[in-house]
Amino acid sequence: MRRSENKTIDVARRKVLKTGGGLGLLGVFTALGLTSLPAWAGVKRAAFEAKSLGEALDAMGGIVPLESAKIILTAPEIAENGAEVSITVESMFPRTEQISILVDKNPTALAANFTFPQGTEGYISTRIKMAQTSKLVVLVKAEGKYYRVSREVKVTGGGC
Amino acid sequence: MGNPSKMRASLKDGVVEVKALMQHAMENGRRKDEAGNLVPAWYITDVKFQHGDRTVLEIQLGTPVSKNPLMGFRFKGGKVGEKVTLSWVDNRGDTRSDVVAIG
Repeated sequence: MRRSENKTIDVARRKVLKTGGGLGLLGVFTALGLTSLPAWAGVKRAAFEAKSLGEALDAMGGIVPLESAKIILTAPEIAENGAEVSITVESMFPRTEQISILVDKNPTALAANFTFPQGTEGYISTRIKMAQTSKLVVLVKAEGKYYRVSREVKVTGGGC
Repeated sequence: MGNPSKMRASLKDGVVEVKALMQHAMENGRRKDEAGNLVPAWYITDVKFQHGDRTVLEIQLGTPVSKNPLMGFRFKGGKVGEKVTLSWVDNRGDTRSDVVAIG
């Protein structure tokens, strides 16, 4: 009995170590009493291992986003320093639930995923790394549907 | 217990604009040091912003986020003097929380 319990704990522990931050954060937030959002909010951690845009969309649940002009992506046409590419995203959808930033030709495509509770505007600004000239893709989830906008960013000084 | 984040939260026309700069190496695990050794992956995986007890933004991060991650966003319902908290955790389980008052 005791042995099987230990085994269960050991497997659980290994799983935590394997999946890294996601579950670790849950543990930390639980400890701090910060569990206002469900633990599964956001994308599966495995999506961050995807090597291309296509793989990432598959890992995010087989998403087939529609092109949309309601997403305003501001990014440089030419990035002299690929280690710091400043971008802003503004979604015109009234209830934006999620914004994801992807770089098709980075060693791992998915850079960041933002989850917006009600009351937070569909807007973010951040800085990402781009290893080489690539398509930069922004996904927006609004009212359960996925939309996208993409832009080619020419990188003259790589950084990843 | 990582280094302190820099954060500003300013109220304008009923909307709080938050700008935060976290201090973190964000190593992707592919970089080599001067001796030619691979530097292990070390990066923030999750960030959470709260206004009081209310979560206002959750971010999952991968290694393509720049060193010293910069995050800006806007939320409604904040008043001057109220607190905004930023908490992060990295892939080694290190954590950091910082608080700023809305100005």
